[in-house]
Amino acid sequence: MSDATHVPMQACPACAAAPSAERLAALAPLRDARLVLSLPQAHCAACMATVEGALQAVPGVRSARVNLTQRRVSVDAAAEVTAADLIPVLARVGYEAHEMDPGLLSATETDRQGRELLMRLGVAGFAMMNIMLLSVAVWSGAEDATRDMFHWISAAIAIPTVIFAGQPFFKSAWASLRVWRLGMDVPISLALILATSISLFETWNSGHHAYFDAAVMLSFFLLAGRYLDHRTRAIARSAAQELAALEVPRATVLADGVEVVRAISEVLVGDLVRVRPGGRMPVDGVVTDGASEVDRSLLTGESLPVFAGVGTAVAAGEVNLTGPLVLRVTAAGRDSSLHRMADLVGIAESAKTRYTSLAERAASWYSPLVHLLSFSAFGYWMWATGGDLRFAINISAAVLIITCPCALGLAVPAVVTAASGQLFRMGLLIKHGTALERLAEVDTVVFDKTGTLTLGAPSPTNLADHPAEVLQVAVALAAASSHPLAVALKGAAVPAAVTDLREVPGYGVEGLWNGRRVRLGRAVWCGAAEVGVTATYLTLPDGSTHAFTFADTLRPGAEAAVAGLLAQGLAIRLISGDATGPVAELAARLGIIDWTAGALPAEKAAAVAGLMAAGHRVLMVGDGLNDTAALAGAHVSISPASALDAARVASDIVLLGQTMQALPDAVRISRKATRRMVENFGISAAYNVIAVPLALLGFATPLAAALAMSLSSITVSLNALRVR
Amino acid sequence: MEILTILIPVSLFLGGVGLVAFVWTMKSRQYDDPQGDASRILTKEWDDHPKPPEVPKDSS
Repeated sequence: MSDATHVPMQACPACAAAPSAERLAALAPLRDARLVLSLPQAHCAACMATVEGALQAVPGVRSARVNLTQRRVSVDAAAEVTAADLIPVLARVGYEAHEMDPGLLSATETDRQGRELLMRLGVAGFAMMNIMLLSVAVWSGAEDATRDMFHWISAAIAIPTVIFAGQPFFKSAWASLRVWRLGMDVPISLALILATSISLFETWNSGHHAYFDAAVMLSFFLLAGRYLDHRTRAIARSAAQELAALEVPRATVLADGVEVVRAISEVLVGDLVRVRPGGRMPVDGVVTDGASEVDRSLLTGESLPVFAGVGTAVAAGEVNLTGPLVLRVTAAGRDSSLHRMADLVGIAESAKTRYTSLAERAASWYSPLVHLLSFSAFGYWMWATGGDLRFAINISAAVLIITCPCALGLAVPAVVTAASGQLFRMGLLIKHGTALERLAEVDTVVFDKTGTLTLGAPSPTNLADHPAEVLQVAVALAAASSHPLAVALKGAAVPAAVTDLREVPGYGVEGLWNGRRVRLGRAVWCGAAEVGVTATYLTLPDGSTHAFTFADTLRPGAEAAVAGLLAQGLAIRLISGDATGPVAELAARLGIIDWTAGALPAEKAAAVAGLMAAGHRVLMVGDGLNDTAALAGAHVSISPASALDAARVASDIVLLGQTMQALPDAVRISRKATRRMVENFGISAAYNVIAVPLALLGFATPLAAALAMSLSSITVSLNALRVR
Repeated sequence: MEILTILIPVSLFLGGVGLVAFVWTMKSRQYDDPQGDASRILTKEWDDHPKPPEVPKDSS
């Protein structure tokens, strides 16, 4: 299930080609709007009140409810309210919000599955408690008619419970039997069915032993493990859905000079599309009108915005920074470069699912063994008792129940849940069930630069070299632009009195200072000589030019993370799409010896694949779309929360906070967690070593089965909690 | 041992009440947002008077 979720458009074959966009378009004429926004920053009670208050103040909004567990808010509103109206409202109260497609099939599907499992778990739990009460009476010596009555009452509770609660096991056992495989669920189903029917038979014949309590307890403990497992996967799924949010389901199309907002699926090659400053390109296209700069950092890793004028080709996912652009569409929807990248991820992703988890390896030798033991016990006692079928079946049912993998089914989910919870508090979200195991095996770490080790936000480096007056003019000019370099300059000094400020999209800002023209922007436009590093240039009325240089801000905790990982003996590489200068400087600053600059997305993926082929277990840390293929191809991958959704979807672990400090701890905890899993397997094996001979010899009573089962389950759960 | 004729039905009934209560909490979606609900009781927003009831919608 979880394997498919990372690529939602492939996960649901029944969906139409572009389900989200089409459904949104279809929903538009309905009377009520139901909007779902993702709120990655919501984390506390005050957040909920602020968000709900702010949304309810918007005219047309009927109700808003925050779901803190999923970090979402769902809004019921009149038809004229759109997500585009609400996102700025939330931004004003300080919350980043993204539109989500409320109609996504998988969301409701996951929800339904989770509730179904919880219901079965609850029913099994209540039935178990009641049957236990009755069983205590039988164990403490109830006889004859009393015992029979208690057995009958137990049967009345247990049989419907087993039929209802055991369905997930029966279904998956049947599925694996049909392809001639013995999964973990085959012995479980066999034990449930055999134990229930033999107990019913014994009860009918006023026998001594009934295993109703064991059968129900078995389904309860195993369902608990299933539910924990499902929760881990549900989190992964909700993260995967955010890919849909990125895809900007609508575009502003110019049809006969009139702006029309259309779903992406209706945009055709050759249409004209308008993109406002601050917006993401919805399609691949060529600029036909306007000039601006585009931020490609998430796609290529370039830290500096690129000029875009008439004739420049732009790709879906790039951010338009300074001026409005009109594009002629060259590829839309499924043909756009964003989609091709997502497909690339899908291919790499399918390779990852080939990883065999510890639990699967354990199950592969465990289930044949269980069957073998049970059938040989049956055969032996048939022979030893001279054909006493009832006795032999009793023994083999007891063997099946005692060996049944209660502890085994809990051993992994309990550890994964405990470790994920621990890491979540440290700011790491584990998305993939086997990510912890894979993280524990890592020996090489590959970092991306822009947006990963650095924040992708420049900070000025040579402010002190400029006279105060020059700085003041620059700050005054910078105030008029939202360009990243200009934003970085703001607040560096008290702005001088510059009037008539005007932004020339794609070039810079100009204005009048003491009645004379001053300019801040690109070197060519300002008539300055380029300095070779990231910089913006200022021209003063006297013709003198000044260069303001910038360096990327280091992500907090990046130094500590690199040092910590090196201390654990891991090899570290830096592979960036950025120019040589900034990469070399950063590598020197962090003490990374092995670095590569100017790497294309395919080269990154190839480098990671090369390391993997050489037998290394690679941890890839990256954030951009150019990293996605490498992230998906690595043994395990981590991306920061600021990463593009596609990159987050491709990675196994997401860093929620800004700091990267937790990385070495994550590796340490994952190793510890894997050790606990192995210990848990050992513990359940030890219980079996003691209990199975007893069962084989025919000494196992229902009491012994109940004790062995609950003791081993409780021991593994407690051991799992020692992860922290 | 006649007491059993009362005790067993009572215990089964109580178990049944618990089960029905559990099913009700499931149906009314009380497990959808455990983290949010835990925080929600700490807000002072509706301390003075209860929140006006919303019109429930099946489509939601």
